[in-house]
Amino acid sequence: MSFLAKVFIYPLNSLILADLVERFGHKPLTVMSQIREKVTSLSLDSPPINITPEDPKLGLKYAAIEVPAGVRGRMSLMGPLVEQAEAAIIVENPPADFGCVGCNRTNELVKYLIRSKGVPVLEVKYPESDEEARDFVNKIAEFLETLPKEKPEEEEKAGEKESSEEEVKE
Amino acid sequence: MNGFTFIEAKSPGAKERRKMTETEKEEITTKYIVISSDKVLPSDAAMKIYESEFPVTVKETCFGLIVSGAKNDVQAVVEEIRQLDKNHIFVKDRGFPPGDERRCRASRGGGPRPGFHFLREEVKMLPAIGAALDELEIKEHVKEKCKTKCKLKTSDLDKIIKEELAR
Repeated sequence: MSFLAKVFIYPLNSLILADLVERFGHKPLTVMSQIREKVTSLSLDSPPINITPEDPKLGLKYAAIEVPAGVRGRMSLMGPLVEQAEAAIIVENPPADFGCVGCNRTNELVKYLIRSKGVPVLEVKYPESDEEARDFVNKIAEFLETLPKEKPEEEEKAGEKESSEEEVKE
Repeated sequence: MNGFTFIEAKSPGAKERRKMTETEKEEITTKYIVISSDKVLPSDAAMKIYESEFPVTVKETCFGLIVSGAKNDVQAVVEEIRQLDKNHIFVKDRGFPPGDERRCRASRGGGPRPGFHFLREEVKMLPAIGAALDELEIKEHVKEKCKTKCKLKTSDLDKIIKEELAR
Protein backbone atom coordinates (compact mmCIF):
# COMPACT_ATOMS: atom_id res chain seq x y z
CA MET A 1 0.00 0.00 0.00
CA SER A 2 1.58 3.27 -1.05
CA PHE A 3 1.47 6.22 1.32
CA LEU A 4 0.97 9.79 0.21
CA ALA A 5 2.46 12.89 1.74
CA LYS A 6 0.06 14.72 4.04
CA VAL A 7 0.03 18.29 2.82
CA PHE A 8 -1.18 21.06 5.10
CA ILE A 9 -2.98 23.80 3.19
CA TYR A 10 -3.72 27.37 4.17
CA PRO A 11 -6.53 28.53 3.89
CA LEU A 12 -7.61 25.28 5.47
CA ASN A 13 -10.93 25.11 3.63
CA SER A 14 -9.65 26.08 0.18
CA LEU A 15 -11.30 24.31 -2.74
CA ILE A 16 -8.48 25.11 -5.17
CA LEU A 17 -5.68 23.93 -2.89
CA ALA A 18 -7.49 20.80 -1.72
CA ASP A 19 -8.24 19.86 -5.32
CA LEU A 20 -4.71 20.53 -6.60
CA VAL A 21 -3.08 18.55 -3.80
CA GLU A 22 -5.38 15.58 -4.42
CA ARG A 23 -4.97 15.91 -8.19
CA PHE A 24 -1.19 15.60 -7.90
CA GLY A 25 -1.43 12.49 -5.78
CA HIS A 26 -1.15 13.66 -2.18
CA LYS A 27 -3.48 13.96 0.78
CA PRO A 28 -4.69 17.46 1.70
CA LEU A 29 -5.16 18.16 5.41
CA THR A 30 -8.36 20.18 5.53
CA VAL A 31 -10.49 21.50 8.33
CA MET A 32 -13.56 19.90 6.74
CA SER A 33 -12.44 16.43 7.75
CA GLN A 34 -12.00 17.62 11.34
CA ILE A 35 -15.45 19.24 11.32
CA ARG A 36 -16.99 16.07 9.89
CA GLU A 37 -15.66 14.00 12.74
CA LYS A 38 -17.13 16.45 15.19
CA VAL A 39 -20.58 17.05 13.74
CA THR A 40 -21.37 13.49 12.69
CA SER A 41 -20.18 11.85 15.88
CA LEU A 42 -22.49 8.94 16.62
CA SER A 43 -21.49 8.85 20.26
CA LEU A 44 -23.40 12.07 20.95
CA ASP A 45 -27.19 12.34 21.03
CA SER A 46 -27.17 15.84 19.60
CA PRO A 47 -23.88 16.60 17.86
CA PRO A 48 -22.80 20.22 18.29
CA ILE A 49 -22.71 22.87 15.59
CA ASN A 50 -18.94 22.80 15.62
CA ILE A 51 -17.19 23.82 18.84
CA THR A 52 -18.06 22.52 22.32
CA PRO A 53 -16.98 24.01 25.67
CA GLU A 54 -14.40 21.22 25.88
CA ASP A 55 -12.51 22.41 22.79
CA PRO A 56 -10.92 25.56 24.23
CA LYS A 57 -9.46 23.30 26.92
CA LEU A 58 -7.94 21.06 24.24
CA GLY A 59 -6.62 24.19 22.55
CA LEU A 60 -4.48 24.90 25.61
CA LYS A 61 -1.91 22.60 24.04
CA TYR A 62 -1.25 25.24 21.39
CA ALA A 63 -2.09 28.58 23.03
CA ALA A 64 -1.90 29.99 26.55
CA ILE A 65 -4.89 30.51 28.86
CA GLU A 66 -4.84 34.29 28.23
CA VAL A 67 -5.51 33.72 24.55
CA PRO A 68 -9.20 34.17 23.61
CA ALA A 69 -11.35 31.05 23.75
CA GLY A 70 -12.16 31.46 20.04
CA VAL A 71 -8.51 30.98 19.14
CA ARG A 72 -8.11 28.00 21.43
CA GLY A 73 -11.34 26.42 20.16
CA ARG A 74 -10.18 26.77 16.57
CA MET A 75 -6.74 25.46 17.48
CA SER A 76 -8.31 22.27 18.85
CA LEU A 77 -9.39 21.57 15.26
CA MET A 78 -6.41 22.96 13.37
CA GLY A 79 -3.61 21.97 15.76
CA PRO A 80 -3.84 18.22 15.03
CA LEU A 81 -3.57 19.03 11.32
CA VAL A 82 -0.33 20.94 11.92
CA GLU A 83 1.01 17.96 13.85
CA GLN A 84 0.24 15.55 10.99
CA ALA A 85 1.69 17.78 8.26
CA GLU A 86 4.60 16.49 6.18
CA ALA A 87 4.60 19.51 3.86
CA ALA A 88 2.64 22.74 3.61
CA ILE A 89 1.29 25.17 1.06
CA ILE A 90 0.51 28.62 2.41
CA VAL A 91 -1.37 31.03 0.19
CA GLU A 92 -1.28 34.66 1.23
CA ASN A 93 -3.96 37.31 0.64
CA PRO A 94 -6.97 34.95 0.52
CA PRO A 95 -10.01 36.67 -1.01
CA ALA A 96 -12.20 36.28 2.07
CA ASP A 97 -11.90 34.90 5.57
CA PHE A 98 -15.14 33.64 7.05
CA GLY A 99 -16.30 30.95 9.45
CA CYS A 100 -13.66 28.50 10.59
CA VAL A 101 -10.84 30.56 9.03
CA GLY A 102 -12.33 33.90 10.11
CA CYS A 103 -9.99 34.57 13.01
CA ASN A 104 -6.78 36.31 12.03
CA ARG A 105 -5.01 35.54 15.30
CA THR A 106 -5.61 31.81 14.81
CA ASN A 107 -4.43 32.06 11.23
CA GLU A 108 -1.22 33.77 12.33
CA LEU A 109 -0.62 31.14 15.01
CA VAL A 110 -1.27 28.27 12.59
CA LYS A 111 1.13 29.76 10.02
CA TYR A 112 3.77 30.32 12.69
CA LEU A 113 3.47 26.73 13.93
CA ILE A 114 3.74 25.22 10.46
CA ARG A 115 6.72 27.40 9.51
CA SER A 116 8.55 26.53 12.71
CA LYS A 117 7.85 22.82 12.31
CA GLY A 118 10.60 22.42 9.73
CA VAL A 119 8.61 20.71 6.98
CA PRO A 120 8.94 21.91 3.36
CA VAL A 121 6.71 24.96 2.91
CA LEU A 122 5.62 26.63 -0.31
CA GLU A 123 4.38 30.20 0.00
CA VAL A 124 2.44 31.70 -2.90
CA LYS A 125 -0.17 34.38 -3.47
CA TYR A 126 -3.71 33.99 -4.68
CA PRO A 127 -3.80 34.67 -8.43
CA GLU A 128 -5.55 37.76 -9.76
CA SER A 129 -4.91 37.27 -13.47
CA ASP A 130 -4.51 34.42 -15.95
CA GLU A 131 -0.73 34.69 -15.93
CA GLU A 132 -0.60 34.66 -12.15
CA ALA A 133 -2.89 31.62 -12.17
CA ARG A 134 -0.45 29.86 -14.51
CA ASP A 135 2.48 30.59 -12.20
CA PHE A 136 0.39 29.59 -9.18
CA VAL A 137 -0.48 26.18 -10.64
CA ASN A 138 3.06 25.58 -11.96
CA LYS A 139 4.67 26.38 -8.62
CA ILE A 140 2.27 24.12 -6.73
CA ALA A 141 2.72 21.29 -9.28
CA GLU A 142 6.53 21.53 -9.06
CA PHE A 143 6.42 21.61 -5.25
CA LEU A 144 4.12 18.60 -5.04
CA GLU A 145 6.26 16.63 -7.48
CA THR A 146 9.27 17.05 -5.20
CA LEU A 147 7.43 15.39 -2.30
CA PRO A 148 7.85 11.65 -1.82
CA LYS A 149 4.84 9.71 -3.03
CA GLU A 150 5.74 6.51 -1.23
CA LYS A 151 7.14 6.13 2.24
CA PRO A 152 9.95 3.65 2.84
CA GLU A 153 8.67 0.29 4.07
CA GLU A 154 10.46 0.66 7.41
CA GLU A 155 8.52 3.82 8.27
CA GLU A 156 5.28 2.19 7.19
CA LYS A 157 5.95 -0.82 9.45
CA ALA A 158 6.90 1.45 12.34
CA GLY A 159 3.61 3.34 11.93
CA GLU A 160 1.68 0.09 11.94
CA LYS A 161 3.49 -1.07 15.08
CA GLU A 162 2.70 2.18 16.88
CA SER A 163 -0.98 1.97 16.02
CA SER A 164 -1.20 -1.66 17.16
CA GLU A 165 0.52 -0.74 20.44
CA GLU A 166 -2.01 2.04 20.98
CA GLU A 167 -4.86 -0.42 20.44
CA VAL A 168 -3.38 -2.79 22.99
CA LYS A 169 -3.09 0.06 25.52
CA GLU A 170 -6.76 0.94 25.05
CA MET B 1 -8.80 4.67 29.83
CA ASN B 2 -9.51 2.70 32.99
CA GLY B 3 -13.20 3.43 32.72
CA PHE B 4 -13.28 2.08 29.23
CA THR B 5 -11.51 -1.13 30.28
CA PHE B 6 -14.05 -1.54 33.07
CA ILE B 7 -16.94 -1.25 30.64
CA GLU B 8 -15.27 -3.72 28.29
CA ALA B 9 -14.86 -6.18 31.14
CA LYS B 10 -18.56 -5.84 31.96
CA SER B 11 -19.71 -6.30 28.37
CA PRO B 12 -17.24 -8.04 26.08
CA GLY B 13 -19.09 -6.82 22.97
CA ALA B 14 -18.35 -3.16 23.78
CA LYS B 15 -15.08 -3.07 21.91
CA GLU B 16 -16.64 -4.64 18.82
CA ARG B 17 -19.55 -2.17 18.97
CA ARG B 18 -17.11 0.71 19.27
CA LYS B 19 -15.17 -0.55 16.24
CA MET B 20 -18.42 -0.89 14.27
CA THR B 21 -19.40 2.65 15.20
CA GLU B 22 -16.01 3.94 14.12
CA THR B 23 -16.17 2.21 10.74
CA GLU B 24 -19.70 3.48 10.16
CA LYS B 25 -18.56 6.97 11.03
CA GLU B 26 -15.63 6.72 8.62
CA GLU B 27 -17.64 5.41 5.75
CA ILE B 28 -20.03 8.32 5.26
CA THR B 29 -18.40 11.21 3.43
CA THR B 30 -19.68 14.28 1.66
CA LYS B 31 -17.96 16.05 -1.22
CA TYR B 32 -18.51 19.20 -3.22
CA ILE B 33 -18.12 18.87 -6.97
CA VAL B 34 -17.64 22.37 -8.36
CA ILE B 35 -18.12 22.61 -12.10
CA SER B 36 -16.47 25.40 -14.05
CA SER B 37 -16.72 23.85 -17.48
CA ASP B 38 -18.05 24.98 -20.87
CA LYS B 39 -18.95 21.42 -21.77
CA VAL B 40 -20.53 20.03 -18.60
CA LEU B 41 -23.47 21.42 -16.64
CA PRO B 42 -24.33 20.42 -13.06
CA SER B 43 -27.47 18.73 -14.40
CA ASP B 44 -25.38 16.62 -16.82
CA ALA B 45 -23.15 15.53 -13.98
CA ALA B 46 -26.19 14.71 -11.83
CA MET B 47 -27.67 12.61 -14.64
CA LYS B 48 -24.35 10.80 -15.01
CA ILE B 49 -24.48 9.90 -11.32
CA TYR B 50 -28.07 8.66 -11.57
CA GLU B 51 -27.02 6.48 -14.51
CA SER B 52 -24.05 5.08 -12.61
CA GLU B 53 -26.42 3.50 -10.02
CA PHE B 54 -24.12 4.14 -7.05
CA PRO B 55 -26.09 4.42 -3.79
CA VAL B 56 -25.20 8.07 -3.09
CA THR B 57 -27.25 11.16 -2.28
CA VAL B 58 -26.89 13.93 -4.85
CA LYS B 59 -27.89 17.54 -4.39
CA GLU B 60 -27.66 19.92 -7.32
CA THR B 61 -26.53 23.45 -6.51
CA CYS B 62 -25.76 26.63 -8.44
CA PHE B 63 -22.03 25.85 -8.55
CA GLY B 64 -22.18 22.07 -9.00
CA LEU B 65 -23.15 19.14 -6.85
CA ILE B 66 -23.00 17.85 -3.32
CA VAL B 67 -22.51 14.09 -3.18
CA SER B 68 -22.87 12.12 0.02
CA GLY B 69 -22.62 8.41 0.76
CA ALA B 70 -20.24 5.59 1.55
CA LYS B 71 -16.62 6.63 1.14
CA ASN B 72 -15.77 4.21 -1.68
CA ASP B 73 -18.96 4.97 -3.61
CA VAL B 74 -18.41 8.72 -3.35
CA GLN B 75 -14.80 8.34 -4.48
CA ALA B 76 -15.85 6.26 -7.49
CA VAL B 77 -18.58 8.74 -8.44
CA VAL B 78 -16.22 11.69 -8.07
CA GLU B 79 -13.61 10.07 -10.33
CA GLU B 80 -16.27 9.33 -12.92
CA ILE B 81 -17.54 12.91 -12.90
CA ARG B 82 -14.04 14.35 -12.96
CA GLN B 83 -13.32 12.45 -16.19
CA LEU B 84 -16.08 14.42 -17.94
CA ASP B 85 -13.79 17.48 -18.01
CA LYS B 86 -10.94 16.77 -15.64
CA ASN B 87 -9.24 20.17 -15.65
CA HIS B 88 -12.43 22.14 -15.10
CA ILE B 89 -14.16 20.07 -12.43
CA PHE B 90 -12.91 20.61 -8.88
CA VAL B 91 -13.59 18.58 -5.79
CA LYS B 92 -13.31 19.18 -2.07
CA ASP B 93 -14.54 17.59 1.13
CA ARG B 94 -17.47 18.89 3.13
CA GLY B 95 -17.88 18.48 6.87
CA PHE B 96 -21.66 18.68 7.16
CA PRO B 97 -23.97 16.25 5.34
CA PRO B 98 -26.22 17.79 2.64
CA GLY B 99 -29.39 19.42 3.96
CA ASP B 100 -28.07 19.46 7.53
CA GLU B 101 -30.34 21.68 9.64
CA ARG B 102 -27.40 23.45 11.21
CA ARG B 103 -26.21 24.66 7.82
CA CYS B 104 -29.15 24.43 5.38
CA ARG B 105 -30.57 27.88 4.71
CA ALA B 106 -34.10 26.51 4.52
CA SER B 107 -34.05 26.05 8.29
CA ARG B 108 -31.91 29.12 9.00
CA GLY B 109 -34.27 31.70 7.51
CA GLY B 110 -32.54 32.25 4.15
CA GLY B 111 -29.29 33.94 3.20
CA PRO B 112 -26.10 32.25 2.09
CA ARG B 113 -24.90 29.47 4.34
CA PRO B 114 -21.66 29.97 6.29
CA GLY B 115 -18.72 29.02 4.12
CA PHE B 116 -20.40 29.97 0.84
CA HIS B 117 -18.69 33.37 0.62
CA PHE B 118 -15.21 31.88 0.41
CA LEU B 119 -16.35 29.22 -2.05
CA ARG B 120 -17.91 31.92 -4.25
CA GLU B 121 -14.65 33.88 -4.29
CA GLU B 122 -12.68 30.79 -5.26
CA VAL B 123 -15.21 29.79 -7.93
CA LYS B 124 -14.46 33.10 -9.67
CA MET B 125 -10.81 32.01 -10.05
CA LEU B 126 -11.58 28.53 -11.38
CA PRO B 127 -11.63 29.39 -15.13
CA ALA B 128 -8.05 30.73 -14.85
CA ILE B 129 -6.94 27.71 -12.78
CA GLY B 130 -8.59 25.35 -15.29
CA ALA B 131 -6.80 27.04 -18.20
CA ALA B 132 -3.49 26.78 -16.30
CA LEU B 133 -4.08 23.06 -15.74
CA ASP B 134 -4.81 22.63 -19.45
CA GLU B 135 -1.50 24.29 -20.31
CA LEU B 136 0.36 22.16 -17.80
CA GLU B 137 -1.14 19.04 -19.32
CA ILE B 138 -0.10 20.11 -22.83
CA LYS B 139 3.43 20.85 -21.62
CA GLU B 140 3.73 17.43 -20.04
CA HIS B 141 2.35 15.84 -23.19
CA VAL B 142 4.95 17.68 -25.28
CA LYS B 143 7.71 16.74 -22.80
CA GLU B 144 6.80 13.08 -23.07
CA LYS B 145 6.86 13.32 -26.83
CA CYS B 146 10.21 15.14 -26.76
CA LYS B 147 11.70 12.28 -24.79
CA THR B 148 11.09 9.95 -27.73
CA LYS B 149 12.66 12.53 -30.11
CA CYS B 150 10.06 12.27 -32.82
CA LYS B 151 8.98 15.00 -35.21
CA LEU B 152 6.10 17.29 -34.27
CA LYS B 153 2.97 16.19 -36.06
CA THR B 154 1.18 18.81 -38.14
CA SER B 155 -2.07 18.03 -36.29
CA ASP B 156 -0.37 18.80 -32.96
CA LEU B 157 1.09 22.02 -34.33
CA ASP B 158 -2.34 22.95 -35.62
CA LYS B 159 -3.81 22.33 -32.12
CA ILE B 160 -1.17 24.47 -30.44
CA ILE B 161 -1.69 27.35 -32.89
CA LYS B 162 -5.47 27.22 -32.43
CA GLU B 163 -5.16 27.23 -28.64
CA GLU B 164 -2.75 30.17 -28.75
CA LEU B 165 -5.10 32.11 -31.03
CA ALA B 166 -8.15 31.30 -28.90
CA ARG B 167 -6.52 32.87 -25.79
